[in-house]
Amino acid sequence: MQVRVRIRRYDPAQDQRPRYQEYVVDAEPEDRLLDVLNRIKWEIDGTLTFRRSCAHGVCGSDAMLINGVNRLACKVLVRDLGSTITVEPLRGFPVVKDLVVDMTGFFKAYRAVKPWLINDETPPPTERLQSPSERERFDDTTKCILCASCTTSCPSFWSNPEYIGPAAIVNAHRFIFDSRDRGAAERLDVLNSREGVWRCRTIFNCTDACPRGIEVTRAIQDVKRLLLTERV
Amino acid sequence: MHYEFDAVVVGAGGAGLSAALELARQVGQTHRIAVLSKLYPVRSHTGAAQGGIGAALGNVEEDHWEWHAFDTVKGSDYLADQDAVEIMCREAIECVYDLEHYGLPFSRLEDGRIAQRRFGGHTRNYGEGPVHRSCYAADRTGHMILQTMYQQCLKHDVKFFDEFHVLDLIIHQGRCAGVVAYEIATGRLHTFHAKAVLFATGGFGRMYKVTSNALALTGDGVAIAFRRGIPLEDMEFFQFHPTGIYRLGILITEGARGEGGILRNNDGERFMERYAPTIKDLAPRDMVSRAIYWEIRNGRGINGKDYVHLDLTHLGREIIETRLPDITDFVRTYLGIDPVKEPIPVTPTAHYAMGGIPTDVDGRVVTDASNTPLPGFYAAGECACVSVHGANRLGTNSLLDILVFGRRAARHMAQYIQQVDMPAMPDDPEQWSRQTIARLMEGDGGERHGQIRAELQSLMMDNVSVFRTEETLKTALEGLAGLKERYGRVTVQDKGRRFNTDLLEAIELGNLLELAEVTTFAARQRTESRGGHYREDYPNRDDQNWLKHSLVSRGEDGGLVWDSKPVVITRFQPQERKY
Ligand SMILES: Cc1cc2nc3c(=O)[nH]c(=O)nc-3n(C[C@H](O)[C@H](O)[C@H](O)COP(=O)(O)OP(=O)(O)OC[C@H]3O[C@@H](n4cnc5c(N)ncnc54)[C@H](O)[C@@H]3O)c2cc1C
Ligand code: FES
Repeated sequence: MQVRVRIRRYDPAQDQRPRYQEYVVDAEPEDRLLDVLNRIKWEIDGTLTFRRSCAHGVCGSDAMLINGVNRLACKVLVRDLGSTITVEPLRGFPVVKDLVVDMTGFFKAYRAVKPWLINDETPPPTERLQSPSERERFDDTTKCILCASCTTSCPSFWSNPEYIGPAAIVNAHRFIFDSRDRGAAERLDVLNSREGVWRCRTIFNCTDACPRGIEVTRAIQDVKRLLLTERV
Repeated sequence: MHYEFDAVVVGAGGAGLSAALELARQVGQTHRIAVLSKLYPVRSHTGAAQGGIGAALGNVEEDHWEWHAFDTVKGSDYLADQDAVEIMCREAIECVYDLEHYGLPFSRLEDGRIAQRRFGGHTRNYGEGPVHRSCYAADRTGHMILQTMYQQCLKHDVKFFDEFHVLDLIIHQGRCAGVVAYEIATGRLHTFHAKAVLFATGGFGRMYKVTSNALALTGDGVAIAFRRGIPLEDMEFFQFHPTGIYRLGILITEGARGEGGILRNNDGERFMERYAPTIKDLAPRDMVSRAIYWEIRNGRGINGKDYVHLDLTHLGREIIETRLPDITDFVRTYLGIDPVKEPIPVTPTAHYAMGGIPTDVDGRVVTDASNTPLPGFYAAGECACVSVHGANRLGTNSLLDILVFGRRAARHMAQYIQQVDMPAMPDDPEQWSRQTIARLMEGDGGERHGQIRAELQSLMMDNVSVFRTEETLKTALEGLAGLKERYGRVTVQDKGRRFNTDLLEAIELGNLLELAEVTTFAARQRTESRGGHYREDYPNRDDQNWLKHSLVSRGEDGGLVWDSKPVVITRFQPQERKY
């Protein structure tokens, strides 16, 4: 089949403003959108720019706005997108070029929640014990691949880029609810701040956007509830 | 810019991060350490590893690191260096406990200890039957390792240069003196002057058409080292994993068979019973991949086509969705099939480079058959060849290799950088990089790198994959010569400086071409069959003539030169390999 792909192009070093460029290419219904973008880049227009690596939805490189929703280009198939496909960069971050956005702020927010295990106790010579149910408690949020689909689908983030955003909260959740972690208080301080969890309006865009199926909004609610019950 | 560091780590997958963390812990307060990576660290392909990391913890049943070492050596078809294997299997246990202490969320047994599953080629008591040795976190073990190691590096304030693409290695007056890197966001070249450099740049599965490897796995570090005169070791051994999703090559972990999954041909027969009566579907990968192709050749592919079935349907929804959630998702997403109800179409997929930059057990790069180190240059992970995998790697042993030897390299580097001064620099270290970029940007040869890459991948898949003969290898070498010649006329369309991935893909293709040539050349030299290297015209292993590692370098006249070095044998004498 043939598909028409409309891509938002912008090179701030050369262009006054963004423009849309259309490419018509052959594609199989089972092709990933990433396959189609690669075909355009390799066969038609080498200047088209996007990030990619794993090509099967685990590295988080190629989140973009596809037909108006955030998706990984390698995890949507042409047959699910129709014959005209619109592709734009994630919203809310500065564009570096075409579909590549500047992730500096995103990783800064991630670092702000101290995303590492905090526990100064001397560990045993073998593993620390953790029961399957304790492990299950934070399983969902360990899946995050830091693709930024959630944060850049959030209206609260669009209106206030200082908001720490769903992805950082997900990663804080991963540790706060880990039975081995002792850093909940430090993390909750960050999340309780002006730019923390209270900016969340429970709109659920983040949950819809997550390519890993993480219940992002629920993780944010878990954190809010903890703040309300344990710390007020 | 000109940067100065004591140690530079190139690559931020498991190997690079493990080294960076150890450097930070040992000398981070007193010395300057930098990590350069062309991808954001969390995008590295270590994150794609699924099934687990091997260590004889014995949490489920009795196990010993010596058994693990035996399996590794036998799996390698006796080509692994046994001193290195012993180190790896012994340190495995501490390494896994360290990961747990760093916070890695392993799956757990009821009593709270780390869960372990069966994996191909891992046996109890020197081959009696499969053993539970793979420590896992569902089927996203690599993701958890990558995240955990990155998190620890952040905690230790490691300095990262994200999206810096290394183009060249600086060697001057017999020492390694740093690297040249291209900053992707700006298109600027930078020189990183350093006392010690570690390459941890991963594999090069992208030389094949069907592969489990990321688009970024183009063997940059291996090709750069080779271009700078380092011979490459055992390049003829490239592993094809038996269970890639049909056509796409996306991996279905061996853990699926570890949990009880079965391979079936068109008759519904569990054909591995015929090829490996003791451990059946859990035979090592080289054997299972060949078995699949033999089934297909004998007309027993599904509906006469070129694939077989991986059947999980008897495992039940609970096991499949809790222990193998990611692959379940892949199969549903990309094939529209529910593995709980239907078998999965699979074929072998290019997966892992056993060969690479030769190192000793401390990660020092060695430059000849007598293992002379090049001072200041280190390598670890898939780009390196220690060699712990020999002719065929066992599953779960790469995640182990990258962590154990990444850390060992860092320990050696930490000592080394305290003992030496900054090395001298050549006059114009960026010359090669600048010229290469200029040629690709300004030339007008009319060739497109996309076209050449596609031809390369088909050529290698057809001629240098699971089965090889003199004829296919000759065809491949001739084809490669043509592609290299055309590559000299490649021009990129993107002439800008900002995020020019057109240019970087062209440079990566140059690396793939180089390594494809070495792989094919080495495969043609080795007139025997061993592990992942199977010559239909020489179907037997030949220890008399071939129990040795190959070393290939580029001669003065531009041709390839073959050399060899002995295999280190400590406790396991070569035997016939049966399962
Ligand atoms: C799908 C899949 C599943 C696997 N499952 C398992 C498993 O269950 N168990 C197991 O033991 N093994 C498994 N493996 C193998 C194992 O995951 C890899 O061999 C291992 O992760 C490689 O790690 P690495 O650190 O050497 O390289 P990588 O993780 O590939 O990292 C390479 C790094 O180098 C950087 N880099 C590359 N080139 C340059 C350059 N020019 N300049 C700057 N930086 C550069 C990249 O940015 C990246 O950070 C699997 C492999 C695949 C593909
Ligand atoms: S390319 Fe890795 S998530 Fe899409």
